[in-house]
Amino acid sequence: MHARADQRIRVTLTLNSRERSGYAEPRTQLCDFLRHELGATGTHVGCEHGVCGACTVRVDGRASRSCLMLAVQAEGRRLDTVESLAGEEGLSDLQQAFRRHHALQCGFCTAGILMSCEEFLERVADPSEAQVRDMLSGHLCRCTGYTGMVQAVLDVARTRREATVPDSQQENNDV
Amino acid sequence: MKPAAFDYWRPSSRREACELLHEHGDEARLIAGGQSLMAVLNMRLAQPKHLVDIAGIEDLHYIERRDDHLAVGAGVTQAELLQYPGLAEAVPLLALAMTWIGHWQTRNRGTVCGSIAHADPSAELPLCLATLGGQVVLENRRGKSRRVMAEDFFQGVLTTDRRQDELITEVRFPLARPGAEYRFREVAMRHGDFAIVALAAVIDSNRVTLGVGGVADRPVSRELARHDDPSEALNALAWSLGAEDDAHATAAYRRQLIRELGRELIAGGPSDEENAHARQG
Ligand SMILES: Cc1cc2nc3c(=O)[nH]c(=O)nc-3n(C[C@@H](O)[C@H](O)[C@H](O)COP(=O)(O)OP(=O)(O)OC[C@H]3O[C@@H](n4cnc5c(N)ncnc54)[C@H](O)[C@@H]3O)c2cc1C
Ligand code: FES
Ligand code: FES
Repeated sequence: MHARADQRIRVTLTLNSRERSGYAEPRTQLCDFLRHELGATGTHVGCEHGVCGACTVRVDGRASRSCLMLAVQAEGRRLDTVESLAGEEGLSDLQQAFRRHHALQCGFCTAGILMSCEEFLERVADPSEAQVRDMLSGHLCRCTGYTGMVQAVLDVARTRREATVPDSQQENNDV
Repeated sequence: MKPAAFDYWRPSSRREACELLHEHGDEARLIAGGQSLMAVLNMRLAQPKHLVDIAGIEDLHYIERRDDHLAVGAGVTQAELLQYPGLAEAVPLLALAMTWIGHWQTRNRGTVCGSIAHADPSAELPLCLATLGGQVVLENRRGKSRRVMAEDFFQGVLTTDRRQDELITEVRFPLARPGAEYRFREVAMRHGDFAIVALAAVIDSNRVTLGVGGVADRPVSRELARHDDPSEALNALAWSLGAEDDAHATAAYRRQLIRELGRELIAGGPSDEENAHARQG
């Protein structure tokens, strides 16, 4: 595949379970494509060089920095953003736990953090506090001091564990 | 900031990728996971005219355990290698060191070969490769491949033996030697930041191979005799690396870390896991 620098190319992907498409130049970052082209402004953009984690989305399930990816690289992939979390019944369990534990103040960092936490909770069913802190180290929050987030994640892990069958196949690794 | 404009290519074979690199010379850059390069592009520290994405090359996506090494193809992410079953048994040093590379989120996209290609002097993977005496496999547009030992591959800050039209197709980490012990220690400003000093050690009955990252312009590995008191040798090593002051630490602090962590590492102090957790405050 080849796209010229001045060409606007059609990019089609699955955003929050719906097929969406739009146009992007080769240099368009994925975060800008989501916000400006697809109107999915839930994902925030902070540093634009991979440090703050505000722009984190899930690409084929994996929490990734959308400022370090090009829109053209997301062609055909499954993307999940913060907009995927709340359902018709309202906020998701993770979002409710963030609220309960005062895990956000201004909320700028939250959209990205929630997406990391979602992948983490799927992979690590019974995390230690150290594992949660390690995962959160990929995000900067200028407001909260992280303690509320750690408690929210541990809380959700516990409730989800209690709700699943005991012989769950989930692995508990810290990768 | 936003990157300057470039043509985007996604070749489906190694050959095609190398052809593009050859044709466009210095104006072309390969992109793998983008976890180093995209920041550079966003800040316009580099403005290549052609970006060649290796994500479409299917036959680079493999981890293979062979007779004496673990081969990791250029399509493999750091997260995938960390999740490879039996990593801790095959190449224990990687299992210890890799959780120190950036963060969960950057390891999800950053590749193993991309980190080797980038050759940051404080990066963990180049340090592991140098300490274990591993190899880098490169291929050109004629399909010819060559293997380079880690010690010859890393030539300075972000500088390697790779030629402009070559693709790194694979890196090879020697398998664990029976009886040898592997240890890793790092000090960074925060967990996930680049190392101020990182030390990797292979401990055999009669000798210690000690690798140091974050100090010289490339990872450096030295052999010390096991039975001697290591203080003297560690001090000599610390002074030999040309440590410099920078925004994160002074040269004297770096030398002190080499001496202290080196002694701990050789003596077998608190486990790496305790060390890692202690640092995650
Ligand atoms: C917040 C943050 C923290 C980080 N912390 C660390 C850390 O603590 N330790 C650490 O080691 N790294 C760290 N990194 C960088 C690491 O995540 C990168 O993954 C790695 O340096 C590059 O791998 P990549 O696949 O992303 O390569 P890219 O960014 O795509 O490419 C990097 C360079 O390598 C070249 N290249 C890539 N693949 C090949 C190939 N197959 N053949 C030839 N050339 C190739 C590219 O042309 C480019 O010049 C961090 C990154 C971020 C964003
Ligand atoms: S905006 Fe992407 S990491 Fe900061
Ligand atoms: S809640 Fe304000 S930055 Fe995290």
